[in-house]
Amino acid sequence: MDFLEALADPAIPFLRYAFGAGILASLSFGIIGTYVVARRITYIAGAIAHCVLGGIGAGLYCQHKLGITWFGPLSGAIVAALLAAIIIGLVSLHANQREDTAIGALWAIGMAIGLLFIAKTPGYIEPMSYLFGNILLISKFDLWMVLVLDALVVIIATLFYHKFLAVCFDEEYARLRGVRTDLYYLLLLCLTALTVVLLVRVVGIVMVIALLTLPAAVASNFAKGLWQMMVLATLFCIGFIGSGLAVSYNYDLPSGPTIIVIAGLVYLGATGWRQFRKNSRLRSAV
Amino acid sequence: MSAIDTQETAIRIRDLDFSYNGTPILENVTLDIMARDSLCIVGPNGGGKTTLLKLILGLLTPDRGEIEVLGRTPEKSRLRIGYVPQYARYDPQFPVTVLDVVLMGRLDRIFCGPYAKKDKEAALAALAEMGLADLAGRLFAEISGGQRQRVLIARALAAEGELLILDEPTANIDAASEEHLFELLGKLNERLTVMLVTHDVGFASKFFKSIVCVNRQVVLHPTSELTGELIRNMYGGDIRMIRHDHRCSPEGHCTHGLS
Repeated sequence: MDFLEALADPAIPFLRYAFGAGILASLSFGIIGTYVVARRITYIAGAIAHCVLGGIGAGLYCQHKLGITWFGPLSGAIVAALLAAIIIGLVSLHANQREDTAIGALWAIGMAIGLLFIAKTPGYIEPMSYLFGNILLISKFDLWMVLVLDALVVIIATLFYHKFLAVCFDEEYARLRGVRTDLYYLLLLCLTALTVVLLVRVVGIVMVIALLTLPAAVASNFAKGLWQMMVLATLFCIGFIGSGLAVSYNYDLPSGPTIIVIAGLVYLGATGWRQFRKNSRLRSAV
Repeated sequence: MSAIDTQETAIRIRDLDFSYNGTPILENVTLDIMARDSLCIVGPNGGGKTTLLKLILGLLTPDRGEIEVLGRTPEKSRLRIGYVPQYARYDPQFPVTVLDVVLMGRLDRIFCGPYAKKDKEAALAALAEMGLADLAGRLFAEISGGQRQRVLIARALAAEGELLILDEPTANIDAASEEHLFELLGKLNERLTVMLVTHDVGFASKFFKSIVCVNRQVVLHPTSELTGELIRNMYGGDIRMIRHDHRCSPEGHCTHGLS
């Protein structure tokens, strides 16, 4: 069966959910990914992603061992991501040196805590689906969750667009214009954290950085200004997730890695093409 | 607020000390800068030029002494200062348009959402004043160093302050752009107090009314004093680059210092 036919098939709703979640989440991936790439804080997004496993582990433990039904893996992931964002933000604002060491430590500790919780949670839990993601496991409830997080990220990020732009481009100057730059930087990291939670659902912890940064990086080859870069990054992200799902469905491949490989190939192609154009322009100038 | 008259003090510093990690950077600084003055801040690297700027901007707090900018504390006067940092410290790949950079000068006028029409007009007017009106839509990363420097001045002008502070605007730009820059600053000085840090006083003696030497101590000279003997003593002859081996002292300049 063709992918498009499968999308329309009422017997397989999970494919529609996956596709819908991917498209919706692409909005925040494109917007936040652009900020992350422009401000060069990819490694912070990576650390937040790995801390999410700690939250997922804690959530699973609470649900299965302690019987706290309202605190599951998703709530755990959100709490852990926000906590990691605030800790990293405070470290980078107040400690002048060794920021990378602190981020690396948090990266590993978050993961370790997650694995410990999972080991002590009764029943067999497959960490693979969290590490590498499976967008096809998205339920109708998840779709609502994606929608809410997405709306939050998009509304805040666009409402304070000029503040974030100034804080990313020139923090000192923004401060001199009376902007509370510390607060906006922390807010930006918190939005990144929420986006990372969405990303973990789609491609898994290990590949978060790729789907957050590759669409923005491809877009940066064509964009004039941050605003255009966000729109293009969102469109590329929709393209990567959509085509990744189609390819993975048609050839029976895992969806996360397929999406990432497509994004990676397009990135390499775009960068290579740009380099080629630049070289040939230089040659013709000589 | 009274109208600015030329006798008004723009910056007033009394007995100021500042140290960083226990190392004294500035000691016992007392300085009065008049409104509509144009000053050039010179001194060796590590002598405290940038520190002095940051104290005036309120980005640093003195250990001792007081500092008053436009009659209030630096933090309170901050929005009335147009600040021009060195363009070279920007990420050369940051995707931002020239107009968006200039609009940052109006950042204090919006809380959220887009800029008002008035802000855009002010930004475009500032760009036009710098002779860059046709670059508004270009990427900041694409234009030349001299143009970027002028974009940053336009951003400071868009803020509509009374005091213009520039940090090494002549670093990394060619001689023609530099001459053009000083022409523009001369025009702006008709309505603004202009202060700039530089390594190069070649054009400075033509344009500036006062020179401030910063090397732990701070000494202000009117440029009219800087004739013949004093300039030769200061720079060891008719050369364009400042020698960084001289010492600034209240008695004047001597060239037998560090070498």
